[in-house]
This record gives sequence, structure tokens and C-alpha cells, in this order.
Amino acid sequence: MEKALTFVDTTIGKKVLMALSGLVMFGFVVGHMAGNLQVFLGPEAFNGYAIGLHNLGKLLWVARIGLIVALLVHVAMALQLMARSSAARPEPYRMKKNDTTTFAALTMKYSGFTLLFFLFYHLAHFTFPGVAMGAYEHLGHTQVYSNFVNGFSVPWVVGIYVLAMISLGLHLYHGTYSLFQTLGANNPLRNSGLKTTAQFLALTITLGNIVLPLSVLLGLVR
Amino acid sequence: MSDLNLVLHVWRQKNRDARGNFARYELKNVSDHSSFLEMLDQLNEELSAKGEEPVAFDHDCREGICGSCGVVINGSPHGPQKQTTTCQLHMRQFKNNDEIYVEPWRAGAFPVLRDLVVDRGAFDRIVQAGGYISVRSGSPPDANAIPINKSDADRAMDAAACIGCGACVAACPNASAMLFTAAKAGHLNLLPQGQPERAQRTRNMVAQMDAEGFGHCTNHYECMAACPKGIDVEFIAKLNRDFVAATVTAREELEPRSK
Amino acid sequence: MDLNSKAPTGPIETRWERHKFSMKLVNPANRRKYNVIVVGTGLAGGALAATLGEQGYNVKAFCYQDSPRRAHSIAAQGGINAAKNYQNDGDSVYRLFYDTVKGGDFRARESNVYRLAQVSVNIVDQCVAQGVPFAREYGGLLDNRSFGGAQVSRTFYARGQTGQQLLLGAYQALSKQIEENTVEMFSRHEMLELVLVDGKARGIVTRDMVSGEIEAHMADVVVLCTGGYGNVFFLSTNAMGCNTTATWRAHRKGALFANPCYTQIHPTCIPVSGESQSKLTLMSESLRNDGRIWVPKSKEDCGKEPGQIPEYDRDYYLERVYPSFGNLVPRDIASRRAKEMCDQGLGVGPEVGGQRRGVYLDFGDAVKRLGKDKVAAKYGNLFEMYERITGEDPYVVPMRIYPAVHYTMGGLWVDYNLQSTIEGLFVGGEANFSDHGANRLGASALMQGLADGYFVLPYTIANYLASTPKNTADANHPEAVAAVAAVRERTQKFLSIGGSRSPDSFHREAGQVIWDCCGMGRTREGLEKALQRLPEIRAEFWTNLKVLGSGEELNVGLEKAGRVADFLELGELMCRDALHREESCGGHFREEHQTPEGEAERDDQHFQYVAAWEFTGVDSAPNLHKEALDFEYVKPSQRSYK
Ligand SMILES: Cc1cc2nc3c(=O)[nH]c(=O)nc-3n(C[C@H](O)[C@H](O)[C@H](O)COP(=O)(O)OP(=O)(O)OC[C@H]3O[C@@H](n4cnc5c(N)ncnc54)[C@H](O)[C@@H]3O)c2cc1C
Ligand code: HEM
Ligand code: HEM
Ligand code: SF4
Ligand code: F3S
Ligand code: FES
Repeated sequence: MEKALTFVDTTIGKKVLMALSGLVMFGFVVGHMAGNLQVFLGPEAFNGYAIGLHNLGKLLWVARIGLIVALLVHVAMALQLMARSSAARPEPYRMKKNDTTTFAALTMKYSGFTLLFFLFYHLAHFTFPGVAMGAYEHLGHTQVYSNFVNGFSVPWVVGIYVLAMISLGLHLYHGTYSLFQTLGANNPLRNSGLKTTAQFLALTITLGNIVLPLSVLLGLVR
Repeated sequence: MSDLNLVLHVWRQKNRDARGNFARYELKNVSDHSSFLEMLDQLNEELSAKGEEPVAFDHDCREGICGSCGVVINGSPHGPQKQTTTCQLHMRQFKNNDEIYVEPWRAGAFPVLRDLVVDRGAFDRIVQAGGYISVRSGSPPDANAIPINKSDADRAMDAAACIGCGACVAACPNASAMLFTAAKAGHLNLLPQGQPERAQRTRNMVAQMDAEGFGHCTNHYECMAACPKGIDVEFIAKLNRDFVAATVTAREELEPRSK
Repeated sequence: MDLNSKAPTGPIETRWERHKFSMKLVNPANRRKYNVIVVGTGLAGGALAATLGEQGYNVKAFCYQDSPRRAHSIAAQGGINAAKNYQNDGDSVYRLFYDTVKGGDFRARESNVYRLAQVSVNIVDQCVAQGVPFAREYGGLLDNRSFGGAQVSRTFYARGQTGQQLLLGAYQALSKQIEENTVEMFSRHEMLELVLVDGKARGIVTRDMVSGEIEAHMADVVVLCTGGYGNVFFLSTNAMGCNTTATWRAHRKGALFANPCYTQIHPTCIPVSGESQSKLTLMSESLRNDGRIWVPKSKEDCGKEPGQIPEYDRDYYLERVYPSFGNLVPRDIASRRAKEMCDQGLGVGPEVGGQRRGVYLDFGDAVKRLGKDKVAAKYGNLFEMYERITGEDPYVVPMRIYPAVHYTMGGLWVDYNLQSTIEGLFVGGEANFSDHGANRLGASALMQGLADGYFVLPYTIANYLASTPKNTADANHPEAVAAVAAVRERTQKFLSIGGSRSPDSFHREAGQVIWDCCGMGRTREGLEKALQRLPEIRAEFWTNLKVLGSGEELNVGLEKAGRVADFLELGELMCRDALHREESCGGHFREEHQTPEGEAERDDQHFQYVAAWEFTGVDSAPNLHKEALDFEYVKPSQRSYK
């Protein structure tokens, strides 16, 4: 006899895991943005913040592992579900109209993968010791402010960031609202409120994050 | 009352295994009082007069209630008019010299049997998996023994209005059957009579939906837009909710199901 | 052949109780050894198959749609009657019984009608337990409406979709049994022949409508729940697939066909709009509660926009002729009066075939009185449906309505056990000649279908199984093989005629003849004309039919051909029956037999019987058998709605 189905074996189960992991990552991105915006408060504050983070020691690793797990789960589920739904319609339509869905919703996979690649690049850019990909001088984790300034004085690097942040925006534009539906939190009474909140957050994150890399070129941070 | 001349591109497919393709037909003098299916009737009369086999399509009540009919018309399941089945769609929705593409529901779980006729047996199997309340004929309590909160009763009715046509699957970018399954489970899960079997019902119906090979739901809401009965996606949220709750409270394992 | 109704005697209140006790039972352990074939999974068949499955019998169920959930029962809008007296307005089993016998114009069997009224109460309990979402009041209790002019509110409803919700209840119960393998479901399978072994019904021959495979299924007992034959008229409110094939094949094998001329015409349907029309759409009778029916007083106005016709030029003929009932007179009367008006050239709407066939159903006053919102709340969905189909907005332009065929009271003759004149062949739902006599009251067909399926047939079939030897014949039995061969031959015949006309064109032509001569108003002259014309059409059908494609595939034309062939023969029998019944009763109106006020005039002395016809060959006249009806409880009286 085949083995019993677990939650993860079902499409709804997979979706819920995506939503939860998405939620975790969403939380990180918000916090991360908040932290990074401190760059406008000047070198002391920003370096202090970074050093503070690093001094968390074990705690930092807990957070990192949490994030890595979330990402792995999220991506794994995404891959499985995508494979499933692309198999669900072997013969495509000759003509198909869409009424309600959005560009963001239809491109979740692309924005998602863009984010994945961005992440690798991003870590190589700022985090991994001694890589400093993006042709600049990485002064180690105590000098995050300088790293930030140096890092973003390279225009094409900034370009990559901006593009990535746009796909992040798209991803969250659908994702953040979608997640409520997936987790069953939706309810006609609340929907419109939830939707505006979700989309407002997505927008703020995108804008907040786009300002950062541009800030150096624009001379706001130097 | 004016007449239309139309150019039709209709999907023709001999049987399940045959390869299909579009055939182009010119149809003259279609009354704008005809329904879309009567337009196809007219086409078929002309085809058989010419010795060509008529186009096969499913239909029965032609009143928008049996759920037999349904084709994708210029990219929209059941055609351009909202909350209207193909049989209730009338030709006054079209203009003279329109080109109309007519396709069957497209989903792996709905194999084409011929031309525009698909096999929706998967829906029956989803219901068989648990879309019922077990009650023996003849010995139920009095109908008024359990009062039911009106708004619950009305919401149950909203869900129960599903006619099982399959347009939701046809419309969904992922060919997902979530709206149908959510409507069927939601109807019974909302009623006091449905509570005892709620957990098994929800889990087994979802397991069957998956086993049939439908896609998953990424919340595009195309299903709701195409649904002739306006079934609301809030029932999908409810199904997700019920499913998580059922998984948490379940005391027995979820047996895998097959087609 | 003597027609023994096997109806119990004695006090009517206890007849069914005593009868049930006198019947044999099948021991639970033995049930799975019995095979039962149920053809049709509408309310009657679905309920029956589910019940027998759950009791442990081995059931095979068949339907021609792709799913049992789509049976024509799904189209019922109005509601279902039950003598619950929840409204405490003086209803009772006896009153429902009384109303039904009277409504049927004293042409139904009292014992059956009483049983129907009795079990109506259990039906609603059963359905609510299954999760049927009937309309409720704020207190959470079930709501009722008065329907079709009944004086009590005994009708239970679920929005405009009562039939669908009841059918889903039965379908879900059936689905459970399919899951548990007590019922094997054959969708897209059409029954094309009945198999008799030693005079007993022992099986059927079906065609798989997808693969075209023709095969025999054998069983201990066969039940037909295959619905009505309203499509004999081509244009009707029935689903396109409704047919008489199953019942007609049984008739040809010896089952008597009772009262074929009793057909019901529904007054509030959307008029025919053109030649291309394939189907008529019914709108709930409830519209007559607030809508006022009228036609112009003079022919000249008929072409005008209704708005241009001043109040004093309008004839509200129902209110004029029936002051007390007004627009709520029974279906047959409302329908007939509309026809009369149009016959006099006072009809409205577009000309179809040179005639205007429609009368106005005007909500102008209702909107003034109640306000648009109230009207919308009550009838909104019906108005939308009307606008979708006609393109006219009923809030602005009065609706146009015309009567259409809606139900057939006639059907295979059955005794009190619902067994036909063929042993082992049971018939339920609209397919039998039913408990409705010559005219059916609104909201009572759903009731009958479910009564037969849930509460009557399960007992009487068990009794039959317990008292007859098990079937030993399998699909290789000579009778089965012969039946299969006959079906193959017939199929080949259709495909090989190679004429020039489609099945539909014959159906349209014959349907028109039957509608004109055996529809709302019938005359000797018209019926004789039809009896002469129909055989001619039939003759051409068999020589000039054109069916393309092969038998081994999904072939729509082939399916139609088979159904039309049987309709053509049935149509003749209907006219014969209508011709022989020299009286007017319920849905059967012989213009020669009317009171001075133009009401139906019964002739109880000569026609208080069920006319059951025996098939003797396609071109030879059928034999008439009579089952006398006696009325111990409800004394026959002239219906009067003045
Ligand atoms: C538009 C409309 C509205 C109505 N409204 C009401 C109402 O408000 N209240 C009310 O009480 N009644 C109403 N009626 C009448 C009522 O709906 C029907 O009389 C009743 O549902 C018949 O049920 P049934 O089970 O006998 O047959 P059906 O529901 O017609 O089922 C017939 C079954 O037999 C199968 N079948 C038929 N022929 C074959 C074959 N040859 N081989 C295999 N299978 C076959 C079909 O697939 C189907 O499953 C209405 C009828 C119509 C047309
Ligand atoms: C910062 C990183 C990310 C965040 C914050 C995030 C967030 C989300 C959220 C909230 C959802 C909605 C889930 C739902 O609909 O219930 C989602 C869906 C999705 N994510 Fe991500 N995601 C991130 C990274 C990724 C990555 C790296 C991928 C690449 C594989 C990805 C692929 C997807 C896909 C395909 C969906 C749609 C799945 C669905 O809706 O069913 N995401 N994401
Ligand atoms: C324009 C926007 C962003 C800026 C300016 C930015 C900036 C930075 C900087 C300066 C660091 C290094 C901190 C240090 O060295 O201690 C860092 C680390 C990191 N960033 Fe970003 N980031 C941005 C967007 C993102 C996004 C969208 C994600 C996730 C999808 C992300 C994920 C991370 C991670 C995982 C780390 C490593 C943290 C750790 O050390 O564990 N960043 N970011
Ligand atoms: S949910 Fe709507 S679209 Fe889907 S099957 Fe039911 S009625 Fe059809
Ligand atoms: S369109 Fe498909 S994605 Fe979900 S919301 Fe409807 S099923
Ligand atoms: S034919 Fe029944 S819904 Fe269209």
C-alpha cells in the first residue's frame, strides 16, 4: 500500500508553506530595509547598527538559518508547484483572455527567480568575506558604511539592484495579498483593507529599497 | 431583429487520442435572437447538408442550470457575457462579420472526447471522495429540529449554486479546480449537518483534486470571473482554512487517492 | 389482460402502512447477491439507486448525461410540496391529498395520491439532513411559499434552484454509494432495449455514447426512472436530451402506456422568437403573483409598443373572466386562455410564421405599488434571465409570455407497487403515469420523484426480489444476444439510409403537427389529421434520413435519430388516446367538450378510467385496456375557479 499523504504532499499544504516562508522573508525584507535606511543617519549610526548585528553572535546565526530554511522551503515548494501547474494544461489555448489577474501574479516565477539570483549576487557583493564582487574595495564588516558607499558608486551594480528591487516589488505586490488568501485569512469584510495594506507595504519596500543604491550616485550619501 | 454573418474557427478532434485542429467555417444569416448553441445547431445543419460530420458539443437543459454546456469563446469560458452559461449567451452579444474562436475546456484532467466535448469525470470523483453527508434514507430528524442561522444557510446556498460546468478550471491559468472543490466542500462544511464529516470530507476531496492532476491555486481569481454562478473565491480561502484545521485535528492518516 | 392496481382497501390513512407490513423483506446478508438495474439518475432514479446501494444491493445505474448530477430534474425552479404545516395555516396530509386529487381533475388513483401526501413529510426531513439549503427565516427555521394558487403555504424552495439542490442531495448520496462500490455508475450510456427472459424483465441493452459499444447488462430487476416525454413536441421546456426511448422500448416489449395524451402546458414561458429556436424557457409561476396578464382589446394595437396602448385599450382577460382567482387560475386554464387570445389574433410580440404568439405579463403596477427594489428582490433573477434571452428589460417593457409544454402526466402504467405490466419492470418518477391524474399541481413532481425513489420503490422492489427466483441468465443468454443484435441492426439502419434530411428536421416537423393537433386545444378533426400525417412523416423518416459518421464513435446525429424514431411512434399514440377520450379533463382539452363558459367538461360516466394502451405493432392499432377509478374519499365535482 502507498504511504499516507502528509500535509506537504498536497497542493494546499505546499501553498501554505510557501505563504509562511514568504511571510518570514517578507518580515526580513522589511526589517532589513529599516536597518539599511539608517545609512542616512551617517557613518556612526550605520556602522553601529551593522556591528550591533554582528555582535549578536549565535542569535545572528539563528536568524540566518531561519532565513536560509525559509528560502529553501519557499523555492522548493515553488519549483514543485510550478512543475505541477505547467503539466496541468498540456494543450494550450489558441486564444485566452484574462480578466482579473495581474502582471505581477502572472510573473511570480520570474520575479521569484530574479530575486534568487539577486540574493546570491547580493551576498557576494556585500557579505561573503573577500569576494566583494562588483569591483570595489570591501573594508570588512566593521566598515559597512564605506562598503555601502564604495559598493554603490559603481553604476552597473546599482542598475542590478534597481532591477532586482523592481522584481521584488512585483513579487510582493501579488505575494503579500495572495498570502492572506492562501492562509485562509481573507473574508469579504476585510479584503479591501487587507489588499490596500499589502500593496502599500509592497510599494514602500520597493521604493525604500530603490532609494538606497541610488542614494550614493545621487550624492545623498557620501 | 437583424442577422449576422460570422467567421468561426472551431476546434475539431475526432476522439480522445486523435490530434485536433481548428476548422474555419463561414456562417451566414444567424439571427441575433439565437443562442450561441442554436448558432452551432445552425452550423451543424449546414455541415451535415454538405456531408460533413456535425460539431459535437455538450448541452442539455439550455437554461443555464445543468452545467453540461461550456466552450471557450474568443478566449473566455462561456463567452463575453458575465455570469452567463454558453447556452444562455445570445448572438446579440456579437457583431456582424465577427471572427469567433471556439475551443473546448483545456486541462489535462478534462481530456477532450470529441470536438468541444470534454470528460469532466474528475469532478464526479472529487464529490465521491467526500462531497456528501451520510444519511440513511428514511430515518432523519424533523427538518426543523436544527435551526440554521440564516446567513450560514444563505452562504451555503451561494456555494451550492455551483453547476459543475468546469469553467473555473478552463479559466484558471493553472487549470486548478480549487473554486469547484471549494464550492462543493464549502456548501456542506457551512451547515450543522455537515460538521461530523467535515475533516475527512475536506482532506479527501483535496486529495482527490490533486490526484486528478489539476493545477494549484495561485490566486488569480480568473475562475470567479468566468463562473456563470458567480461563486466567490472567499470559498477558496475557506477551503484552505478548513484544510489546515482538518490536518491539525485529524486523527487518522490521509490515504492517497487515485483517478 | 386485466389491470390489477393491487391498491389496498380499507381506511386510506393506513393503507400504505398495512401494505408495507404485508410485503416481504430481503435479509441484509443476501442483499448483495441481488442485482438491480436503475435506468435514470434524476430525482427518482438517483434517490432509488442511492437508497438500494446503501441497503446493500448490487446496483448498476445509467444516465445519458456525462454526470448523474445533470438529470433534467435540475431545471425545476419553483419548489417542492410537503404537508408539514410548518406555517400552521391549516395544511395536512389529507388536504394535500385532497388538493392533488381535485387538481388532477379526478383521473388519479386515490391510494397512490394519499401515499404521496403521506411520504411528502419524510422527503423534506431527508433532504434537509442531506444538506439541501432550503430557504430559511431569520429564526433559522424553514421558509415556505404558496405556489400555483394553493391556499396554504406548503412549498419548500431553494432560491430559484429547488430542483438542482434536491438533485444534488440525491447525487451526493449516490456518489457516496459509488465510492463504496455498492453502485456502479454508467454515465453517457443510453438504454436502447429491454431484455425479457421468460416474460420477466431481466436486463437492458445500452450504447456507450463515447465508444459506441453496444452491450447487455443483466439483473434480477429493472427500474426505469427516465423522465417525461415532453420533447415529443420538439419545442418544450424539457432538456434537449429528454426522450421516450427507454419507456417506449419497454412499451414495445409489452408494458402498457397509460394516458399518453395527458400533457401539461405551463403558462409562463418565453415565447418563440424565431425559426432557429431549439428550446423554450420556463419562468417560475411565482411571476403570476404580482404580474398582470393582458392583451390589446383590438387587433390594430397588436403591432404597437405596449407603452403606446392606453389602459382602457387593454384587456386583462384573466381578471375579467375569473374575478376571484384572477391571474392565479390553474396552469391549464391560464394557458388555454392565452392561446384563445392569440387565436383571435390578439397576440403580441414579433410575428413568427405569420402569427403573433404571446401575451403581456406586466409588472408596471407592481413596480408602482411595491417599488422597483421590492420587485427586484422578488423576481430579479427571473428578470435577468428574461432580459438575457429576449434583450428586453421587463422593468421598462412588459414581459411577453406564452404557454409551453412542461410536464407529461402520462407514462408507463404501474400498479400500487409501481410495477409495470411486465413482471420485474418497475417505473418511477415522471416516467410512470404517476399520481397526478390529468393535471399536475405545481411543486408536486419533485415530490413524486423523491417519494418513489426514497420511500416507495425500495420497499416494493425488495418485496419483488424476495418473492421471485433469482435471475440466472447472463449476457450470453439467447434473449440478451438477440436484443443486442436487434439494437446493432437498428443502429446500422439509421446509418445506412443515406437520405437527405437530418433527424432534427423530422423532429421539428412532427413536433409541430403534434403541438397543433394534440397540444393545448384538441379537436376530433385535428387529431384525425395528425393521425394521417404522422405515419407519412414516419415513412419518410425511414427512407430519407441522413446520419453521418459511424456507430463506433461519439455520434450526436445517431443518438438523435434513435430518439426521434421513438417520438414519432409515441406521437401517434398520444393522438389516438386524445381522440378516444371524448371529454375534457385537466391538461386534455377537447374543444367539443366544454361548458358554456368554456371550461373543461368531464364525462365521469364514460371516462372515469385510466386508458392503458397495449402495443400491437407499428402499423396496427394498439389495444385499449381500462383501469376503472373509484373515488371513496374525494367526490368528483366540476372544478370551478370563477
Ligand atoms: C423547466 C421545468 C421546471 C420544473 N419545475 C418544477 C417545480 O418547480 N416543481 C416540481 O415539482 N416539478 C417541476 N418540474 C417537473 C420535474 O422537474 C420533473 O418532473 C422531475 O424532475 C422528473 O424527475 P425524474 O427523476 O422522473 O426524471 P429526470 O430528472 O428527467 O431524469 C431522467 C433520467 O433518466 C435518464 N435517461 C433518460 N432516458 C434515458 C435513456 N434512454 N438511457 C439512459 N438514461 C436515460 C437521464 O439521463 C436522467 O438521468 C419542472 C420541469 C421542467 C421542465
Ligand atoms: C525576499 C524573498 C521573497 C519573498 C519575501 C517572497 C514572498 C512571497 C510571498 C509572500 C508569496 C505569496 C505566497 C502565496 O501566494 O500564498 C510568494 C509566492 C511566490 N514566490 Fe516568493 N518570495 C521571495 C522569494 C522567492 C524566490 C527566491 C522565489 C524563487 C523561486 C520565489 C517564488 C515564488 C513563487 C513562484 C510564488 C507564487 C507561488 C504561489 O503563489 O503559489 N519567491 N513569495
Ligand atoms: C537595495 C536594497 C538592499 C541594500 C542596500 C542591502 C544592503 C545590505 C548590506 C549593506 C548588507 C551587508 C551587511 C553587513 O555586511 O553586515 C546586506 C546583507 C544582506 N542582505 Fe541586503 N540589501 C538590500 C536588499 C536585500 C534584499 C531584497 C534581500 C533579500 C531578498 C537582502 C538580503 C540580505 C542578506 C540575506 C544579507 C546577509 C545578512 C547576514 O549577514 O546574514 N538584501 N544587505
Ligand atoms: S464553480 Fe462556477 S465555474 Fe466552477 S464548476 Fe462551479 S459553476 Fe462552474
Ligand atoms: S483562477 Fe486559478 S489560481 Fe486560483 S483563484 Fe482561481 S483557481
Ligand atoms: S445546457 Fe444546461 S447549462 Fe447550458
